[in-house]
Amino acid sequence: MTETEQPPPLAAHAVGVPTRRLDGPAKVSGTAPYAWEHRLPEPVYVHAVQAGIARGRIVRVDTAAAEAVDGVLTVLSHRTAPRLADTSDHELAILQGPEVGFRGQIVGAVLAETPEAARYAASLVRFAYEEEPHHTELRDDSPDTYTPAKVNPSFPSDTEQGDPEAALKEAACTIDATYRTPMQFNNPMEPHTTVAIWEEGDPEDPSASPLLTLYDSTQGSHTVRTTLAPVLGLGAERVRVISPHVGGGFGSKGMPHAHDVLACLAAKVLRGRPAKLALTRQQLFSLAGHRTPTVQRVRLGAEPGGQLTAISHEVLEHTSRVKEFAEQSAVATRMMYASPNRRTSHRLAALDVPVPSWMRAPGETPGMYAAEVAMDELAEALGLDPIELRKRNDPTQEPETGKPWSSRHLVECLTTGARRFGWDQRTAPGARREGEWLVGLGVASSTYPGYAMPGSEVEIVHRGSSRYTVRIGAADLGTGTWTVLSQIAADGLGVAAEDVRMEIGDTAYPMATVAGGSSGVSSWGSSLLNAVRAFRDQYGDEPEAGARVRAGYPENPARERYAVHSFGAHFAEARVNAVTGEVRVPRMLGVFSAGRIINPLLARSQFIGGMTMGLSMALHEEGVFDHTTGHVVNQDLADYHVPVCADIGDIEAAWLDEEDFVSNPMGSRGIGEIGIVGSPSAVVNAVYNATGIRVRELPLTPDKLLGE
Amino acid sequence: MDAHVTLRVDGEERSLTVDTRTSLLDALRDRLGVTSPKKGCDHGQCGSCTVLLDGRRVVSCLALTVSHDGAEVTTAAGLPGPDGRLHPLQQAFWDHDAFQCGYCTPGQICSAAGMLEEADAGRPSHATADLDPAARTPLTDDEIRERMSGNICRCGAYVNIVAAIREVGDVSEVTER
Ligand code: FES
Ligand code: FES
Repeated sequence: MTETEQPPPLAAHAVGVPTRRLDGPAKVSGTAPYAWEHRLPEPVYVHAVQAGIARGRIVRVDTAAAEAVDGVLTVLSHRTAPRLADTSDHELAILQGPEVGFRGQIVGAVLAETPEAARYAASLVRFAYEEEPHHTELRDDSPDTYTPAKVNPSFPSDTEQGDPEAALKEAACTIDATYRTPMQFNNPMEPHTTVAIWEEGDPEDPSASPLLTLYDSTQGSHTVRTTLAPVLGLGAERVRVISPHVGGGFGSKGMPHAHDVLACLAAKVLRGRPAKLALTRQQLFSLAGHRTPTVQRVRLGAEPGGQLTAISHEVLEHTSRVKEFAEQSAVATRMMYASPNRRTSHRLAALDVPVPSWMRAPGETPGMYAAEVAMDELAEALGLDPIELRKRNDPTQEPETGKPWSSRHLVECLTTGARRFGWDQRTAPGARREGEWLVGLGVASSTYPGYAMPGSEVEIVHRGSSRYTVRIGAADLGTGTWTVLSQIAADGLGVAAEDVRMEIGDTAYPMATVAGGSSGVSSWGSSLLNAVRAFRDQYGDEPEAGARVRAGYPENPARERYAVHSFGAHFAEARVNAVTGEVRVPRMLGVFSAGRIINPLLARSQFIGGMTMGLSMALHEEGVFDHTTGHVVNQDLADYHVPVCADIGDIEAAWLDEEDFVSNPMGSRGIGEIGIVGSPSAVVNAVYNATGIRVRELPLTPDKLLGE
Repeated sequence: MDAHVTLRVDGEERSLTVDTRTSLLDALRDRLGVTSPKKGCDHGQCGSCTVLLDGRRVVSCLALTVSHDGAEVTTAAGLPGPDGRLHPLQQAFWDHDAFQCGYCTPGQICSAAGMLEEADAGRPSHATADLDPAARTPLTDDEIRERMSGNICRCGAYVNIVAAIREVGDVSEVTER
């Protein structure tokens, strides 16, 4: 392996500049088109009908009343819907048979000339069911739990080093606590939307197959295409997915869900008229994925000086009987702190629930919540400052693999943050009271892997006079892709960012991997710079107008030799009302080590947005499941609480000045998820410091503080 | 049942025939092709659909079109001046990066425009200590946060939203003096 195989580091000019969003003027005017908003002639409105039972089969369908509604074109059910070519994915294989796998599953749809007619008629479709007993509740003693073959995306379910049981027995100080997190829902502000147009091939030419165009709210146009094409029995080249602007996703738009298939089935029936389908806010709670509830037992053993001798993290979660998703909650525990003895495990209960999926930092978010509260408990038990405890257990290499870190600056994040936040003002638990308010400070660590995915391609076209068009099917779901890729392209090509025209969000452009796992910019940017190299190799420094090149993801051999992770430290101030139990968080600070920051203005927003979602997880979010009927009862934004402006005080993000050229030639690592990881623990630890009450079950609502 | 209504949308007279069940939001988005106001919940719970209706902020998903025949509707697309220059609030949202995905943003901006008028008119909020309209409470961050709490931003841009509105609120106070 020679050093020249490593992509050369990018010299930064446009990179590092706090450029405002290129899509800013369109976004503040509301004219940037989201999936629903592309102007199309003669649209037909599709409204999904959902199963009213949690498990069983449909024995009768009555669509007469719905069909009689003025403006209704047709009603789809498993009896009338077109057949799918591949039904192996049971989340996607809707309307193919009478079985019901969870309450809220799509069992029908109304297609009508107006949204009002479609929605009203959908309420008139009647199903009779043969109901079977259902199980939806995840319990500590849930029967029939199993060990998944792997956890998301491809980690082993269980790991063990040394002898954790023996080490726990011998440890001078131990913590053994169980932490619980509830079902949570991504709830991007733009409900999941698909508009589908199915044009039959040329009747003159029997070999021409149909052409399907989707306007979709997705984190990966190409992912939607490659997933849906075989389900629909189409060649991938016959499917085009367009998605220039996406109204948030946080993982829930990382893959197509059942509604995508429904829009395609409707479009097939409509033969050329656009089928418009937007899920309602309520429907998102059963059809757009969610974060599993978790029960996590964390045991820590330590020497009197704080050195960890044993770490055990055992996770119990649910999945859906319809399709497995195994959240990797204990995976961060495998690399976070040094300890000679360690165990992690994941068990699943397969229930009659909607299909869980990605929600911002799946795995790290719930797992680090439990682990970082446990570390706070250990610090308390040892009489050590929680920052000092983390310093004493900072590993010099990745614990399970022994690989060197590409960059690990957790301790620097902690100490920088402590200085900026005024950590020395922290008192003993329950010792600081201002009138009715108990005040405390909390800290927690954060981490997220520095992923990059192979597979993306970029096309560069020279338009003349050193102006370029750069094309890749990448997504911008608020992540800043439009802007950040133009900065990277500008520096690669040695031109100003204004001279680069980005074209993204369309399968008409080269393949882009999904905007997930905070891997987008690392993956796409690496490919982009590889394309620049190919362009220069082919055309030199003075290319003709029209010169074009296409190239893919470069080899990056160093990545194999190093452990690539980002780190961070979260600080929170909590004020707890001693009379009402109300919790306010006036201040949060996150200090991150995430490689080179490509756009400081947009990066700060990503970090702060993640921390806001972490605060939300700590204090607000809880899907309340009714196990009698088998559905989430608080399925809207009035009852499923997310923070509003008045809930958010002063949240600040800072970062260390660094570059990580092992990660990629930009020197960056992903930043979309690290902001949420650990931030709920900082809040919970601050509430403990304020009150002396340790809450282990989220969300931290006032009742949990008043009961004590 | 259908009804005929006329609206002035972003300065332009628009006539349309709608199902009497049609919300103002759907009339704008699906009948008139004015997609600046967004649908986040359709239940008055998120604020994405906020427009200025005869100068006051409303959630257009809870307004029935037929109840507003003859009304003047301003969306975020209608806020820039005739020369295309962004409204000061739009400029401040852009400068402060007060959004990420942008889906809540047109609603946030219409809401902020309506809110600044309300505050100027001396209308109190839950955060107002002195309820006397003559007291002219300053537009503190707490006032902004309270008054903007009908608009959810799931991307979590609140910190920057407050900064953007604070900047515009400060300027409008200065120009008044
Ligand atoms: S769409 Fe009107 S308030 Fe949410
Ligand atoms: S910017 Fe995405 S919801 Fe506010």
